[in-house]
Amino acid sequence: MMNGEKITGAEIVLKALQDQGVEVIFGYPGGAVLPIYDEIFRQENRIKHVLVRHEQGAAHAAEGYARSTGKPGVVLVTSGPGATNAVTGITDALMDSIPMVVLTGQVPTKLIGSDAFQEADTVGITRSCTKHNWLVKDVNDLARVLHEAFYVATKGRPGPVVVDIPKDVQFALGNYVGPGNVAHRSYKPRVKGDLERIRQAVDLIATARKPIFYTGGGVINSGPAASQLLREFARLTGFPVTSTLMGLGAFPADDPQWLGMLGMHGTWEANHAMHDCDVMICIGARFDDRVTGRLDAFSPHSKKIHIDIDPSSINKNVRADVAVIGDVAHVLEDMLRVWKSKAARPDKEALAAWWEQIRTWRGRDCLAYKNSEELIKPQYAIERLYALTKDLDTYITTEVGQHQMWAAQFYRFQSPNRWMTSGGLGTMGYGLPAALGVQMAHPGSLVIDIAGEASVLMTMQELSTAVQYDLPIKIFILNNEYMGMVRQWQELLHGGRYSHSYTASLPDFVKLAEAYGAVGLRASKPAELDDAIREMIGVKRPVLFDCRIDKTENCFPMIPSGEAHNNMILADLGAQTVSAAGKTLV
Amino acid sequence: MSYDPVIQQAEIIRTHTIAVLVDNEAGVLARVIGLFSARGYNIESLTVAEVDAREHTSRITIVTSGTAQVIEQIKAQLDRLVPVHRVVDLTTETEPLEREMALIKVKGGGEKRVEALRIAEAFRARVVDTTLNSFVFELTGSPSKINTYIELMRPLGLIDVSRTGIAAISRGPEAL
Ligand SMILES: Cc1ncc(C[n+]2csc(CCOP(=O)(O)OP(=O)(O)O)c2C)c(N)n1
Ligand SMILES: [Mg+2]
Repeated sequence: MMNGEKITGAEIVLKALQDQGVEVIFGYPGGAVLPIYDEIFRQENRIKHVLVRHEQGAAHAAEGYARSTGKPGVVLVTSGPGATNAVTGITDALMDSIPMVVLTGQVPTKLIGSDAFQEADTVGITRSCTKHNWLVKDVNDLARVLHEAFYVATKGRPGPVVVDIPKDVQFALGNYVGPGNVAHRSYKPRVKGDLERIRQAVDLIATARKPIFYTGGGVINSGPAASQLLREFARLTGFPVTSTLMGLGAFPADDPQWLGMLGMHGTWEANHAMHDCDVMICIGARFDDRVTGRLDAFSPHSKKIHIDIDPSSINKNVRADVAVIGDVAHVLEDMLRVWKSKAARPDKEALAAWWEQIRTWRGRDCLAYKNSEELIKPQYAIERLYALTKDLDTYITTEVGQHQMWAAQFYRFQSPNRWMTSGGLGTMGYGLPAALGVQMAHPGSLVIDIAGEASVLMTMQELSTAVQYDLPIKIFILNNEYMGMVRQWQELLHGGRYSHSYTASLPDFVKLAEAYGAVGLRASKPAELDDAIREMIGVKRPVLFDCRIDKTENCFPMIPSGEAHNNMILADLGAQTVSAAGKTLV
Repeated sequence: MSYDPVIQQAEIIRTHTIAVLVDNEAGVLARVIGLFSARGYNIESLTVAEVDAREHTSRITIVTSGTAQVIEQIKAQLDRLVPVHRVVDLTTETEPLEREMALIKVKGGGEKRVEALRIAEAFRARVVDTTLNSFVFELTGSPSKINTYIELMRPLGLIDVSRTGIAAISRGPEAL
């Protein structure tokens, strides 16, 4: 393009995406984005476009793409219902800090506010579920705003942004500016941590007698270097490591220092160690209520170090004794340097005693379950899935419910970016479209959605997308015919009154797969499981795997809402009563 | 749980005046107000006006209340909004200068009318509109002064009040 030559808004969109290095867009057309779709057609697919079956699917696919690559996911949808359908996925990305750029069509500027056909106040609706959003009314602002959108989505704590583009702006002629010429006026997040605070943190760590690393999704978001630095720091100190649901994979599950996940369905040893520790090093996690349990009983005797890129995470739920604001990798790098230069050595004897204590907690074998010859136990199914896929190049997504927690407990993640799950929002229907996004980014890899039969029906239509684009995702359904997690709560909290948590009239998933042009498989007995999983892996097409599991199994350990970490329910303790206060919580 | 004086102290609710410098762009006020309603924070007063036409920046002055922890959260949450340049808590050890303007309409005659005028003089309220049976007073001052004035006008025929909300600035030579 010649300097100063004017191009259409639609061309500006495509050019900006290209200059931002976008390889794939997940989208769905409609009246208000037709000029952009026309441009995609004319550019002969220089940027790949994946046509989803529902805009929520586009947003989750973009999340899967982003989470598995570290790059922002891009979504293109039309005005009105296109935008509102995407809202669940956008909110999901906000809660889990996923970088995502959503382009929405809007009615022509002259019609805005007139209740025009397919008009929705998209910037109004998405204001509280985006990191930021823009309505572009002048084509000459378009390129700048688009570059700004990528900047905001990816810098600092990542998140989703929406750019709403009226149809007339897509047609209008305007000037293009490249990404290099955009400097942000007000948004300049801090990545380097304050050195004085880092020194304080190191001093505190050096005095620890019962330390623990509590790590979260921030380690993953910071990039692979952060995981490496975490591993190095853990090795140098010899401290135990636990992680939130979002942080799984940052530290290898096979490492002897790994305690397993913490929180509501975390391990006995991780939660007890959190409760009893004297120095807690929180890295890129946010003291979510699923992690802390009862706040006033949360780790009552520890000093807390909190490393986070978002200043608003500090002291939000739990007071930090030393807070370091910055990007995890940058902060850990400095911390390691200070640690080494001080030649800090934690108290060996105290640490040995702490590990001895941890060994007794581990001895409780909290994830133990009673296996069966007759029924496939869900835990067994995940264990077998792990055993048969661990040496392959595997990515796991999940839906939401018991199966998600069993996946987190029993699938042993060794590296970052391999695990995509809806943590903050807990969105049923996330896993299948997220798997599409992962598979688009990693065409040769094995991508498995560990699913529940209820969740997967929420976005089942995306199987059609998988078939269209030859995305050989594997949807491994732990089919208990129940909304198992709901049923579990009803059992524990509502006297076993199973109000609407059983799904009658489930489809025949094997036939359903075939109807979509995918492959359907089923296993009902433990003895059939391994062969069926091998067959699933071997098929180079999308697979819907109906794994019939024990319908009554519950997920333990469990900290009931409103309870302290050392008040866990274990499988072999049987049902316990839950306090009235706990009942009112979610 | 053991008695923790730090936690006890944190539970004290204080009123803070916070100045927020923002880009004067569409929707910025909605973002700020949306943040307060979504997270359940109080707004006691909120004012906004452009303060730099060349830079297109506006200043929002928010009076809010909460525990020390809540105030800290409010500031951090405001700071994280993309068009926000700066967030400054004006309520530090020293109270900031705070002014509000009010237009106050009083209707009536006779002794009450005379009394209203007399009080206006004592408060240095200006009469900006007069009819035979009404006054509009303009009064600038601290919010509490305006509250007192309004209470005094109530029995004298107060029928309408319009207040601007608080504008605030720190004392001393420092800028925002
Ligand atoms: C969109 C949405 N609606 C409702 C819920 C509440 N919910 C949480 S888990 C769950 C049941 C999930 O059932 P299923 O997918 O079969 O998984 P299971 O727990 O049986 O493994 C429900 C309804 C949710 N998380 N998301
Ligand atoms: Mg189920």
